[in-house]
Amino acid sequence: MTAVTSAPATAPSISLTSGQLPRWIEPALAIGTAVVVAAVLLVIQLFNPAVWLILTAVFYLIAISVGSGIVEGRRKAVDRVVRGLVVCAFVLAVAPLISTLWTVVAQGLKVLTWDFVTKPGGSVFDPNTLAVTNTPGALQAVVGTLIITGIAALISVPIGILAAVYLTEYALPSNPLRRVITFLVDVMTGIPSIVAGLFAFSLFALIVGPKAFSGFSASIALCVLMIPIVIRSTEEMIRLVPNELREASLALGVPRATTIIKVVLRTAASGIVTGVVLAVARVVGETAPIFIAASFTDNFNADPFSGPMQTLPVMAYTAYSFPGKDIEASQAQAWGAALLLVIVVVIFNLIARIVAKAFAPKSR
Amino acid sequence: MSKSIEVNDLNVFYSDFLAVEDVSMNIEPRTVTAFIGPSGCGKSTFLRTLNRMHEVIPGATVKGSVYIDGENLYAPGVDPVLVRRQVGMVFQRPNPFPTMSIKENVLAGVRLNNKRISASDANDLVEKSLRGANLWNEVKDRLDKPGAGLSGGQQQRLCIARTIAVSPQVVLMDEPCSALDPISTFAIEELITELKNEFTIVIVTHNMQQASRVSDKTAFFNIAGTGKPGKLIEYADTATIFTSPKEQATEDYVSGRFG
Repeated sequence: MTAVTSAPATAPSISLTSGQLPRWIEPALAIGTAVVVAAVLLVIQLFNPAVWLILTAVFYLIAISVGSGIVEGRRKAVDRVVRGLVVCAFVLAVAPLISTLWTVVAQGLKVLTWDFVTKPGGSVFDPNTLAVTNTPGALQAVVGTLIITGIAALISVPIGILAAVYLTEYALPSNPLRRVITFLVDVMTGIPSIVAGLFAFSLFALIVGPKAFSGFSASIALCVLMIPIVIRSTEEMIRLVPNELREASLALGVPRATTIIKVVLRTAASGIVTGVVLAVARVVGETAPIFIAASFTDNFNADPFSGPMQTLPVMAYTAYSFPGKDIEASQAQAWGAALLLVIVVVIFNLIARIVAKAFAPKSR
Repeated sequence: MSKSIEVNDLNVFYSDFLAVEDVSMNIEPRTVTAFIGPSGCGKSTFLRTLNRMHEVIPGATVKGSVYIDGENLYAPGVDPVLVRRQVGMVFQRPNPFPTMSIKENVLAGVRLNNKRISASDANDLVEKSLRGANLWNEVKDRLDKPGAGLSGGQQQRLCIARTIAVSPQVVLMDEPCSALDPISTFAIEELITELKNEFTIVIVTHNMQQASRVSDKTAFFNIAGTGKPGKLIEYADTATIFTSPKEQATEDYVSGRFG
């Protein structure tokens, strides 16, 4: 080994070869370190997955830096250590995500049955026996989520896309209105969702009087959150459309409006759809504004214009915070709602991917 | 199918900046006219005033008049959209629409304008335009494949097919070969000489051999320095420009002694 690293005395010219550890050294060393650390921890009876992983990472980094430093030299040692650190950062970033998903799936699957999705839940009070029977069910929340988010999307998507078209295609950079809108959009993206909820609730309290709970006011609250996201993402997507395509279309004698609709928006469609669906996925999990504007209920209500409406995130929150007599059952309901919500978001994302792929410009 | 162009005292501005000063020239129908000159001297800017594409850039304005067969493009009430249907344009970089197939690209000028066209007419138009652009034999078996999948030279010929599919009177070409290899360039030069039979063609080029090969008349533009407006120095038959130009600046430029 030393013969390779030290420059040969007979040939002072530059050598192109250097010491090299075998390709399998990194995974092998990582597994080896993990096994050794696990064994030591078991022997001293301090085994704990977190400690095990952290110590494995630390000892692996020390071992690889020393080993590679001796055999391969400083530059490659630094490379291997940094690569190890990057992998550690990745694992750290993904671990909470997987842990959350795992918990939600494990807890949620206990209550998630076909009946849970297709029947409204609630408690029935029998005045003769004074007994309260709880039936698990989330249909009212599923329907409420879809209605409230659907109305919010119906309102925000056209407004958002048209505003983005105005900002990118019509307003000149020096236009004061454009600067005002851009500034407001920036501010609105940062609005806390609770503020949006209070806004929508007080707006409807002014219009229809007290007890103004309705699914529609929750939709308005979600619009306040969604419009800036849609504007932002659409704007960026439209800016990515090369100017040459606009010029090509204009030079064919196509009017500007048609050029925007059929060339600019069509070319950006894939990205716009992705942005819209991500915006929907972002607001579908909002709890606070819906809780304020639409309140919560165990009753089935599919009319967005009157009465409280339940949604999945609010159901998860209320079932956990204000459990019924059977606390266990209420908490199980909360997990079920959480899992359903995750499934809804995953479905939205899948739809977005499929639609985006269908719209994407192809080259083959 | 082709018209003459008459330009009188044309001044082109970007906001307050005078980019091209005082250009006057007459372009005959069914000829190829080449614009040559150093970068930044306003050839492309001037070319874009011939189909009112110049004003697409915010703040860009034009003073003067351009007559196409006696009709002033800059008269009040002229619709730039209608002008561009008469005067087509091919750009420096091939720019087929990425969301459309080869066939849809050729039909873009028709379809984007919401004109109804029967399927058989559409097929005839596609074949005629692609044959006109010398591309038919290469793409006839994959008309439904995306236009972006073609090579650079094929894409540029696709853009030419797209331009001639709307049957313009004049075709403007802004350095159509600068992004292409010599073989594709040759294909497009051949095409230009064929297109001359039907269209009035104006081409901007940096390649003086190209100008001397394809054009009947050549206009030399020059610029006195950065920040100064570009000017038309000399406009004459291509043979005259390249063999016995009147102006010293033209001779210096075409003989490579520029500067």
